[in-house]
Amino acid sequence: MTAQAELEQETETMTVREAIRQGLREELERDEDVYVMGEDVGLFGGVLEVTSGLYEEFGEERVRDTPISEAGFMGAATGAAATGTRPVVELMFSDFMGVSMEQIMNQMAKMHYMFGGKAELPVTVRTTEGGGMGAASQHSGTVHTWIAHFPGLKAVAPGTAASAKGLTKAAIRSDDPVFVFENKMIYEQSGEVPTDEDYTVPLGEAAVEREGEDVTVVATQRLVGESLGVADSLEGDVSVEVIDPRSLYPLDTDTIVESVEKTGRLVVADESPLSYGTHAEIIARVQEEAFFSLDAPIQRVGTPDTHMPFSPPLEQEVLPGDDDVRAAIERIA
Amino acid sequence: MANFDIETADGRREALRRMVTIRAFDEEAGNRFADGEIPGFVHLYIGEEAVGVGTCASLDSDDYIASTHRGHGHCIAKGLDPKYMMAELYGKAEGYCNGKGGSMHIADVDAGMLGANGIVGAGPPMATGAALSIDYQDRDQVAVGFLGDGAVAQGQVHEAINLASTWDLPAIFVVENNHYGEGTPVEKQHNLENLSDTAQAYDIPGVTVDGMDITAVAEAVAEARERARAGDGPTMVEAQTYRYRGHYEGDEEPYRDDEEVERWREQDPIESFKDRLIERGELTQEEFDDLRAEIEASIDDAVEYAQETDYPELSAAYEDMFVEQPPELERFANVARTDGGANGGDHR
Ligand SMILES: Cc1ncc(C[n+]2csc(CCOP(=O)(O)OP(=O)(O)O)c2C)c(N)n1
Repeated sequence: MTAQAELEQETETMTVREAIRQGLREELERDEDVYVMGEDVGLFGGVLEVTSGLYEEFGEERVRDTPISEAGFMGAATGAAATGTRPVVELMFSDFMGVSMEQIMNQMAKMHYMFGGKAELPVTVRTTEGGGMGAASQHSGTVHTWIAHFPGLKAVAPGTAASAKGLTKAAIRSDDPVFVFENKMIYEQSGEVPTDEDYTVPLGEAAVEREGEDVTVVATQRLVGESLGVADSLEGDVSVEVIDPRSLYPLDTDTIVESVEKTGRLVVADESPLSYGTHAEIIARVQEEAFFSLDAPIQRVGTPDTHMPFSPPLEQEVLPGDDDVRAAIERIA
Repeated sequence: MANFDIETADGRREALRRMVTIRAFDEEAGNRFADGEIPGFVHLYIGEEAVGVGTCASLDSDDYIASTHRGHGHCIAKGLDPKYMMAELYGKAEGYCNGKGGSMHIADVDAGMLGANGIVGAGPPMATGAALSIDYQDRDQVAVGFLGDGAVAQGQVHEAINLASTWDLPAIFVVENNHYGEGTPVEKQHNLENLSDTAQAYDIPGVTVDGMDITAVAEAVAEARERARAGDGPTMVEAQTYRYRGHYEGDEEPYRDDEEVERWREQDPIESFKDRLIERGELTQEEFDDLRAEIEASIDDAVEYAQETDYPELSAAYEDMFVEQPPELERFANVARTDGGANGGDHR
């Protein structure tokens, strides 16, 4: 479905932060088994304020503060999901996944499979990613590739307010573990969001955010908006199609391949490090399915294989942005 | 050689100086952050000065410390220079980490400072590691791991202390119980009155001291250090203290009231220590005022230095990833800087 069609429903303008909060609120209302947990999600309202107000509305049982024990609560959420409830975990910064990786990779990801399909794991993990806040490398990582890489886990990464809400709700309703990667630089970005309580973005469905003829840009998270801006500015010179995969695993290969078959040119823009990552997966699938449609080498835009430095000019230097997307398009268009 | 010996009048004055320096540094860091000059997050140590300084007063200058996200105080207590610390807060090339770390990651391994840390609970394993090196090479040093009350809930902290205990390593774990982990009170994170009770699980001594009283902290750490150096293994010292400021600058503090903050302020670690020195005839109020003015001026100089010194060269963003730099980095860097088509080339 194109992003356009989704927006033909009734909508309201809100920020990405509000859209996620609305999605959480609706799911908390809809299903008693859903509850939110994490560090400072309650009284404090979440360090990036996504959950603010929910504690007052739903109480401390359903919006519960945890100790600073990521391995503990990630494992607890896994156990809780396997035994009949639907926890939504907030992991403050995705960098902290490091301390809970055992529970994620060996328990959460493998349980359904190893138990012969006898356990369902309706756990949602919401976490923040990305540089741009001067938060240095232990709070600026973009690690969605790790999760998308593990069989047994689903990973989504919204680029707009509408998909932020729709993906959050779809993740909570899913009976599988789903990680929602929220880029912290887009929380303030606003857009039209469908108000229908049953609006969800199906996992594994990309959105064509802008149609074009000459170059396909597959962009994620913050780079969706940046790519749309570049596409507008190139209007008349180069006709750029912008696709937000929204869901990284499962990935909507068909929508991307169809687009490349039309344009013959591809730029993949994702903030994660360039080597062995999200870019490589998207490119591999396009090569497998649309190699003969390609008219030019595929271009990658991402973070060079370095950590996010603290110093503002250095951070700007390594952080991929609209100028990098433009340069990549210009190299092949 | 001790950093400074709190048993002597000179040492006590040095301790006071360091506490005042921490307060002045952090007050100014808070102001500069509010003015938008310092990026990222800033976690201030104001109110907790007696813990860091009391601890370092009982260490030698070549002992190690591993710090937390609230590390400015530990750095100054260990003897780091506020000038290069401030430059780091500004992201300048002259900062302790060449602008790559910022407030939460200041480090100076040569000074025995193994880094502030953005990951809660990551310091204690570093301290255990430093203690392992010391033990392995039969060196006459100790390593201190600082951690907050919130960090006590971290799995890796448990693993680190258990390891240090099992191997009788010369480590000391200093728990700074400032009563909050971000916005969550300690009672909602632990079911213990004294966090030092956790020491029992590792069969090591655990003591709880008044963290607003520098001499109480210094004495407990001195004893722990003696044990460590005698080969008797680690000790846990819990210092009950308080942070006057929010968790980070900009925190609206919905989780506590002003009265509570006021109650703790009445036991201010700097005021009470200064008063004691005056009582003992080692200091006059006037001398103290002069000392503070001198320190505040030096912090102003540090700010000025930080403001005026340069940002790193952009190429620094790709440096220090490895000792032997692989070619990819250069390649990607060129593309990132959009000054060449290294990735894709000029195919037209
Ligand atoms: C592994 C990890 N989880 C969460 C955080 C976010 N965080 C930073 S400081 C903090 C509170 C730490 O509390 P405490 O250990 O008591 O130290 P204090 O802030 O009181 O000095 C939290 C939750 C983090 N930095 N690292």
